[in-house]
Amino acid sequence: MLDDLTDAERKALAQCRHAILGRERPLRLDCGVDLGPYRIAYQTYGTLNADKSNAVLICHALTGDQFVADRQPVTGKPGWWETLIGPGKILDPARYFIICTNVLGGCMGSTGPLAHDPGPGPGAGQPWNLRFPVVTIGDMVRAQAALIDHLGIAQLFCVIGGSMGGMQVLEWAASHPKRVFAAVPVATAARHSAQNIAFHEVGRQAIMADPDWKGGDYRLHDTAPARGLAVARMTAHITYLSEQALQRKFGRALQDRNAVGFGFDADFQVESYLRHQGSTFVDRFDANSYLYITRAMDYFDLAAAHGGVLAKAFTGTPTRFCLMSFTSDWLFPTRESRAVVHALNAAAANVSFVEIESDKGHDAFLLDEPEMFRTLSGFLQGAASARGLGTFRGEAA
Amino acid sequence: MSATIRVDLQQIADMVEPGGRALDVGCGDGALLAYLATFKRVDARGMELSQAGVNACVAGGLSVVQGDADTDLRDYPDDAFDYVILSQTLQATREPRAVLQQMLRVGKRAIVSFPNFAHWQVRLRLVFGGRMPETASLPYKWYDTPNIHLCSIDDFRALCRDMGVRIERAIVLDSKSRPIHLPPLLANLFGEQAVFMLRRD
Repeated sequence: MLDDLTDAERKALAQCRHAILGRERPLRLDCGVDLGPYRIAYQTYGTLNADKSNAVLICHALTGDQFVADRQPVTGKPGWWETLIGPGKILDPARYFIICTNVLGGCMGSTGPLAHDPGPGPGAGQPWNLRFPVVTIGDMVRAQAALIDHLGIAQLFCVIGGSMGGMQVLEWAASHPKRVFAAVPVATAARHSAQNIAFHEVGRQAIMADPDWKGGDYRLHDTAPARGLAVARMTAHITYLSEQALQRKFGRALQDRNAVGFGFDADFQVESYLRHQGSTFVDRFDANSYLYITRAMDYFDLAAAHGGVLAKAFTGTPTRFCLMSFTSDWLFPTRESRAVVHALNAAAANVSFVEIESDKGHDAFLLDEPEMFRTLSGFLQGAASARGLGTFRGEAA
Repeated sequence: MSATIRVDLQQIADMVEPGGRALDVGCGDGALLAYLATFKRVDARGMELSQAGVNACVAGGLSVVQGDADTDLRDYPDDAFDYVILSQTLQATREPRAVLQQMLRVGKRAIVSFPNFAHWQVRLRLVFGGRMPETASLPYKWYDTPNIHLCSIDDFRALCRDMGVRIERAIVLDSKSRPIHLPPLLANLFGEQAVFMLRRD
């Protein structure tokens, strides 16, 4: 299963662990296809304690990966949640066994459209590309659960994630309530809104309109839909920021010039910035994977799977929840988190909810937000003492 | 965690049997919640209107959501809690009667504390001072007070009668939040605040 990897996958798998799962029992996907064997690439930090009670699963967002707290092997940049995870941080590997998997459908080592169809069937041995079955957030979580089984962990102390990661957290809590002691869905929703589906569709159409996309078979033609994927990223990136943040950062400032050029170069700094975001993204992300993962988010609707009543997804849940949203996030606005809180209240669940003041938009959950850290730290300490994980270092009893 | 809380909160805490489930509506900085969780092993949850209060509670490890007594209690299912507590907040709700009804639906019991608007100091200030009373338990100017539905102890008893709610316990507190034992007429004159434990009849 390790042949014909992309450079990015090769670099990723060299720097993390992976498991081949679904050999005996394939993964039954929501679309009805049985997938197996499949590979899940994952990174871990810290050590699992003797009673296996200190495992924390981090779920990444749309374009995130398993390198949550160490150097990203393709970009060389720090891990995407190093503000949170690391020695002396809120999630300290000295205390917790931290796991982060690349999602099913991803392109950093887990099985996705880049992989080869293991057969049987007419496509056996061929790259999946667009023949890869459409996966859902539920499928991603089932694959993660299979990995957690593989690691011999019965219950996760905590599942944490933002945005699409938060969708996975909600799915974990709904489908495996006894396996999740605490859940922290951040800047997320129990269903993808029409506006968010619309933005994703723009991104997908940009990819598919690129002549180098070749119906998804670009690798066979030794091309890549880099322009389409870059445009998809540029569009998406706008949705991750806020109007205030863009205005504060760029205003109408010009890029390397004193006057507009009366042409279509990147006159404005904001254009130059977006172009840069787009062009660096294509080096680390696969276009087909982008199609699949955005689709998984679009399909997410936790209430629909429970008769249209979100509260039923959490009936009798023993999990303690902490939700957070950000005031300037218009992609996953506070009302989406509040809808989950209302459902959890209706299920009489143990829930905390904090809306954090920030002008940084949806991206705030990835940034240095002291109020988020304070909230998470307090919640985790409360949960850890309830779970009998005891106190740690200098913490007060 | 401090073993000392405000005396009036202590009166409420003393009414709560250990080990149950409680919801503190308008939990402020979470002092009562933390006390109930630590010293009474209560599964204690909170609801608070101010975001700053909520954030402080959650950072302190308490389970608190942002919410409004007037609108958000209706999300909870029937009998979700053994106690629903409303301390010093009833007078600030838009619809006190509806809030009490919701509390008694969500909780098997409701514990309510409120300032007594018939306290002799209040009466004196209004009758002889001719001004809206400002006292230790009612420290606001008339134009910026959150207290829009003030009542006396006797008013509250009348409302309970009207709603068919059983008063299981009633404690009247003096200005130092110590219980005083007086017949109802005098209690309504000398009590600065009151704590009631209610139950659906």
